[in-house]
Order: sequence, then structure tokens, then C-alpha cells
Amino acid sequence: MVANLGFGTLIITFLVTIYGAIAAFIGARRNSPALVDSARNAMLLTFPLLSITALSVIFLLVNGHFEVKYVADVSSKSMPFYLRLTALWGGQAGSLLFWSWLMSAFVSAVMLRKWDRDREFLPWVILVSMITLAFFLILSIFVENPFVSFWQSPTGNITVSMFQPAGSTLFFPPDGNGLNPLLRHPGMIIHPPMLYLGFVAFVIPYAFAMAALITGRTDDRWIRITRRWTLVAWIFLSLGLVLGAWWAYDVLGWGGYWGWDPVEIAAFMPWLTGTAFLHSVMIQEKRGMLKQWNMVLIILTYDLVIFGTFLTRSGVLSSVHAFAQSAIGPLFFGFIGLTFLASFSLLSRRWNDLKSEVEISSWFSREALFLLNNLLFMGIFIVCFWGVIFPIISEALGIVGQGVPGLAGIFTGQKVTVGPPYYERATAPLFAGLLLLMGVAPLSAWGSSTSKTLGRLVWKPFIASLVVIVALLLGGMRSWPAILGFWLCSFVAFITIYEFWRAAWARHQGRGENLLRALWLLVGKNRRRYGGYIIHLGIVVMALGIIGIELFQTETQGTIPQGGELNLGKYTIRFDKLSVWDTNDGRNIALADVSVYKGGKFIGQLHPRRDYYYESQQPMTIAGLRSTPEDDLYVLLVDWQPLSTSAATFKIYHNPLVWWLWFGVGVLIFGTIVAAWPSTEREKVVITRSVPETSKA
Amino acid sequence: MALKRYLFAIVLALLLGFLVADAASAQQPTPSDDQVNAIAKQLYCPVCENIPLDVCPTTACAQWRELIRQKLTEGWNEQQIKDYFVQQYGARVIGTPPPSGINWLVYLVPPVAILAGVYILYRAFRSWKRPLAEVDIQPTSLEPPAETDTAQDEYIRRMEEEVRKR
Repeated sequence: MVANLGFGTLIITFLVTIYGAIAAFIGARRNSPALVDSARNAMLLTFPLLSITALSVIFLLVNGHFEVKYVADVSSKSMPFYLRLTALWGGQAGSLLFWSWLMSAFVSAVMLRKWDRDREFLPWVILVSMITLAFFLILSIFVENPFVSFWQSPTGNITVSMFQPAGSTLFFPPDGNGLNPLLRHPGMIIHPPMLYLGFVAFVIPYAFAMAALITGRTDDRWIRITRRWTLVAWIFLSLGLVLGAWWAYDVLGWGGYWGWDPVEIAAFMPWLTGTAFLHSVMIQEKRGMLKQWNMVLIILTYDLVIFGTFLTRSGVLSSVHAFAQSAIGPLFFGFIGLTFLASFSLLSRRWNDLKSEVEISSWFSREALFLLNNLLFMGIFIVCFWGVIFPIISEALGIVGQGVPGLAGIFTGQKVTVGPPYYERATAPLFAGLLLLMGVAPLSAWGSSTSKTLGRLVWKPFIASLVVIVALLLGGMRSWPAILGFWLCSFVAFITIYEFWRAAWARHQGRGENLLRALWLLVGKNRRRYGGYIIHLGIVVMALGIIGIELFQTETQGTIPQGGELNLGKYTIRFDKLSVWDTNDGRNIALADVSVYKGGKFIGQLHPRRDYYYESQQPMTIAGLRSTPEDDLYVLLVDWQPLSTSAATFKIYHNPLVWWLWFGVGVLIFGTIVAAWPSTEREKVVITRSVPETSKA
Repeated sequence: MALKRYLFAIVLALLLGFLVADAASAQQPTPSDDQVNAIAKQLYCPVCENIPLDVCPTTACAQWRELIRQKLTEGWNEQQIKDYFVQQYGARVIGTPPPSGINWLVYLVPPVAILAGVYILYRAFRSWKRPLAEVDIQPTSLEPPAETDTAQDEYIRRMEEEVRKR
């Protein structure tokens, strides 16, 4: 009943979407405001309709309707309420529906804005959003329907279908398979919604970009409208990535947070092009340049969002053969190809209208440095993209090679792994370059800066950062990559702090304001700029954590008897006891008590444990973690040897500075809030008028 | 006779001693978990996707780790063990594709693409900069759209100037 209701509204939503797209198109072509308004209403209607569909799935999950295949796949009787609720995005069918639901929410919010000044964009924004939504609804209806149920024929055969096959009755399995235990973690519960919010929010700037191309209104209006949406998309995507990293660190039990797994990279690629876009739109806003490039970036970001969902959902990563087995892969592939071609043909039509209004005047101007920043982001993107698709290409070419005798030797079709060593070596210098630019670029002026003007601003923080190098060398550090990394971090941090200081000091001197108040007012007057600086500081702080764990992580492993000890650097752990028991939610828990000593001094107890899930016959190792700004001690109970109360195997990781990675994320969020906070127009006008425009050097 | 017996006992003891010493030298200590991990870290589970062998929790991986330990005990070195795994399970067990045949593309495409980007950027900069010398005569065309950012720069500059004057 509820399944039928959910499926029914899904079909209705799809029809509404198709209607909305057609109405928007005809409304725009015939210049009929009534039709466009009707399309807008259709868009607004998709959200309540999809809410009914999504709530139906949630109802089925919460009430344990295991006759529905999706419910049986991702939930079980032993799962607590909140896990059944979040199982909505725990499996393929649910997560695709969830994608559509979030997207309809975001686009509806856009529909509610005032459109007075930009009415010509409206039908095209609706059209692009509706087409994207329709695509995901097609997947939900025809390929990954979350409402299909089990049916039992009179002969006892069990089939899966949406509607009742003749003569069969609903089959009720006694229990479901339950959610993959690895996904039962707060990080994993919030991670997909964040990532998806980031994904769907990027559809909005793309829709506006397409509207700008179609209408020919190719000035920076579309960028100004979508600036905040882009920031929102960016922060959600960033949070999604970081939550995924936190989950990996906490749950996967390999002592790291990022494994350069294709699934991670799939979400990282739109972040790279999105971040490049976030920077390069500023050049268009301030200087009227790079209009073509911004279009390229937003088209890429949109298609990478879809591509990311495709990579993780089509099975193509595990094997080219798995890709062909389900219709979902080819459908995604077709949609990406179609939108890519359509977007670029639109872009080529307007190519000449998008020529720059002005040109670059100096190698050291801010726009020149931003272009360099874009180049580095694109470089990292290319490394990632190529690394992810190469194994697929290699395998596919192998299939081709088998058919052509001459090629068999070259295209062996052997599966290859492109793993962390490739990505780390290829991207590290590019990341270092980005970090350096992050410090220097904000100091250069729009339009014109020379090496001299830039040098005048940079030399003080530069000297200060050299002191850091000396301190590191005196402290005994001899790792050159680390020294370079820490130098870059300190250089960027000093420059950024110096920027705050310089401006606040000027206010303090000029207006006699208290320094703190001057700082507050300064940030308040130009939130976007100073918010950006705070984000940069957040990145620097995160970089500290990354350098710490990447370059200084140490580990050891050993089997020790009860009362025995294992050493790693300054730390010693002593195995006190092991308790093993069954829980009533289907787990067997083995929990070890270990005492931790630092330099011989007792500093606390840790409880690494291993949960064994009977349902899925899957173990899950949860680290005992002691996290401080100085370092993390990460103790795992590994089952290399059979666990027993007399002896157990422990693996210890020492991860210096990784605490700062998570702390930096807090700074990043704060900076984004500052940057996206609406500022009053009036203030801007006053500033612009009060200063004569003589900024050309 | 007693002397003979003594001699026999000494020879026997020496022989035994040699035997024991020989056996002791032939039997190598079992490699530690850390030694196994150092190699397992660089290998990827041939079954599970993209999980290094040192942390993979499956039984198959546990067996492969034992295999590494066994090979180490037999005196194999790191490279030999890695080569053995590649031979047995294919190139996918190592984290970076071996640079041969089509695999060269993995290493060549990104740097070529980035260098192409650098070149395009360089050409663009050059072509942008050239006409500017002429445009410079009419600076009004270069005026950026009035913006708060520029205004803020200007504002700070003027503030500093005033501070200096005092």
C-alpha cells in the first residue's frame, strides 16, 4: 500500500517534471509568462511530491516492511530507529531517490527567489533543472526502483517486481540483511547527505550558466546570482569529503583518512573544478575576463558531479563487465555525453560574445596569479581523472585487443591498480604550488601589480617564515619535504595574518578605533574578502595535519600476552585485559583495555575493539584513539592471530599533528559563513562613492 | 681403553656441538609483523578493491600475509616477494602500474597535459600583454568595474599614507 503510494507519487513527479520542462521551453520560446509561471509551479510541486515518495521509503524502512526488496537489503530488525531512518541513503536505489529529493528542494528554493530582474533566465533554469531531475527519476522508476517487492508464485518461486505477477502473493522474509556495518557510523550517516547537497547545489550555477548562454545575457549577472549558491555547494561538498575522511579514519582501521580510492576521487574531482570556478568567477566579476573559461569550468563541474555519481553507482570501477550488466551505467554514460555535448555546443555558439572585456596587464596581477591557480587545480584534476579512468581504459582496450591479433600484445587487458603512490607523487608539487599561490595571490592587485609592489608586501612575512625554517632545523628536523611544507604553511599564515593586521592597524590609526573593533568592522565591511582569507587560514591549518600524518606517521604491530607491552617511539601500551560478549543487536564485541604510557608515565586507557556482525559475517575494527594537538595515538585490535584473553595482536599508529586537519575544517566552515553572509548593499555604495577610482598604478 | 673412550666422547661432543650450531644458524628467526607489513603495505589485495594488504581484514588477505612471512623466512627479499605476487596475480597487486606498453600512458598523459596548459597560458599571457601597450594610452578602457575590493585596497593605501604623514 505505502509502496504503491510512493511509487505512484514517483511516477506523478516524473510526469510533472516532463510537463515543467516542456512548459518552460514553450513559455520561453513564445514569450508566455503564464506558461513559465506554470512551469515554475511544476518545479515547486516536485518537492512535496518527492517528499511523499521519500517518506514512503522511510516509513517502509522504519516499520520493517521486508517484503520490499530495498528494505530487506539495507535494514534489519536489530537496527535501531535512527539507522533505519538513514538507511534511506544506505543503498543504491534509496540514494538515487535521495539525490532527486534534495535536488528538488534546492531548485524549489531557487524558484522562490525574486526573479524581477532576471525573468529571462527563469524558464531556462527550470528547463535545465527539470531535465537533470527527470534523468534521476528515470533511474529511480525504471532501473533502481526502491519499491519493488518480493512475490511468491504458487510453485514457491520468489520473484522481484513492482506489480503483482499473476497468481502470486507477497513474500515476507522474516528479517532483512541489515546495513553494512561499516556504514553504521555517525560520519557515514551525515557524509552522504553533505556530499549530495554539494552535488545538487552545483546544478544551480550550471543551470544559470546554461540560461545565460541560451538567452545571450552573458555578462556577469548569472555569476552574481549564483555566487552564494556556489559557496553553499562548495562548503557542503567540502564537508562531505571531510566527513568521509573522518569516517575512514575512525572506522576503516588503517590509520589513515584518505586512500586515493576511486570513490573518494570521484567526489574530489568536482571539488577541484568547483574550487577553480569559485576563484576564476572573481576575475570575471572584477575584470570582465575569462568568461569562456568560467563556462568551461561550470560545465565540467556539473558533468563531474554526474560522473562522480556514475562512477560510484555503475559498477564500472570494479570491472567493465559489471558496467554492462546493469542499465544504470549506460544510462549515466549517455546522459553525461549528451549534457556535455549540448553544453559545449551552446558555449561554442556564444564563444565570441564571451570574449574578455579587458586583457591581462601584468604577470603579477591578481588575475594572472588566479589563472595560475586555475592551472594547478586543473593539473590535479587531470592527474585524478586519468588515474581513475586509466584502469577502466586499459581493461576495455584489452577486450578490443583480444579481437584484433596485432593489438593483443600492446593491449593486454591486464587489470592495473593506480594507487596512492601515483597520486601522491603527481599531486604533491601541485598542492605545494597552490599553497604558495594562496599566500601570494591575495596581495596582488587587480589589473596591475609588479614584482616590486608584490615584493614590498611579501618581504616581512617572508623573513618571519624563514625564522620557522631555522627553528625547525635547530629542532633537529631533517626531512626536506616537511621543512618545505611547514615553511609554506607558515609563509601563507603570516601573509594572511599580516593582511588582517595591516588593514586593522590602518583603521585603528585613521579612526582611532580599538584594534579588535577595527578588525570586526573591517571583516564586516568586506566579508567576502576576509571570509576568503579565513578559509585560506583553515586550509593552512588542515595542511599542517596532512603534512604531519603523511610524512611522520609511524606504526608497529605485535602480539602480546596479557600484561605484555608494545612500544612505539615515546609511547608504550600495556595489554590489561580482553572482554568478549554478545550484544542483543547481533554483534559479538571483543574489547581490549590497554594502558598507555608516554615516556614511562601513565597517561590513560584506550579501548580498541572489534565488532563482529553475525548477520553479515563482517568484522569491524574500531580504533582506541587518543587525539591531541601534538599527535594521535591510534591503537587497533587486529585479528592476525585468533583473539584470546591470554594474548592479542595490536597495531599502533602514531599520527603527529592530524588533530589540526579536523580543527582546520572548523576554521574553513567559519570562513565560508563569513564569506557567504549577506552584506547590506548600502554600505557597499558608500564605500564605492567615497573613494575616487584612481587605483591604477 | 679409557683414553679411547674419552676421545670418542670428545669427538661425539664436538660433532653434536657442530650439528647444533649448524641447525641454529640454519633456522632464521620468524619475521616480525612489522617486517611483513612493510611489504604488505605496498601490495594490493588481489580480491578486494584498492585495499592495501597490510590492513585488509579478509581471510584471503591473512593467508597472503602469511605467505609473505613464509617467503621472508625462506630468505626472499622485498623485490623478489613483490615480483612473485605480480607473477601470480597480475600487475594489479602493485599500487602503480609497471611502466611498460600502454601503461606508459599513466605517467605521460598528466605531465603532457599540464605542460600543454602552461604553454597555452604562456601564449595567452603574451598575446594579452602585447596589445596592452597600445591600450595603455587610453587608460579609461582599463578601468575595472567599480568594486569594493579595489576600493578597499585604495582605502587601506590612503589610510597608510595618512598615518605616515602624521
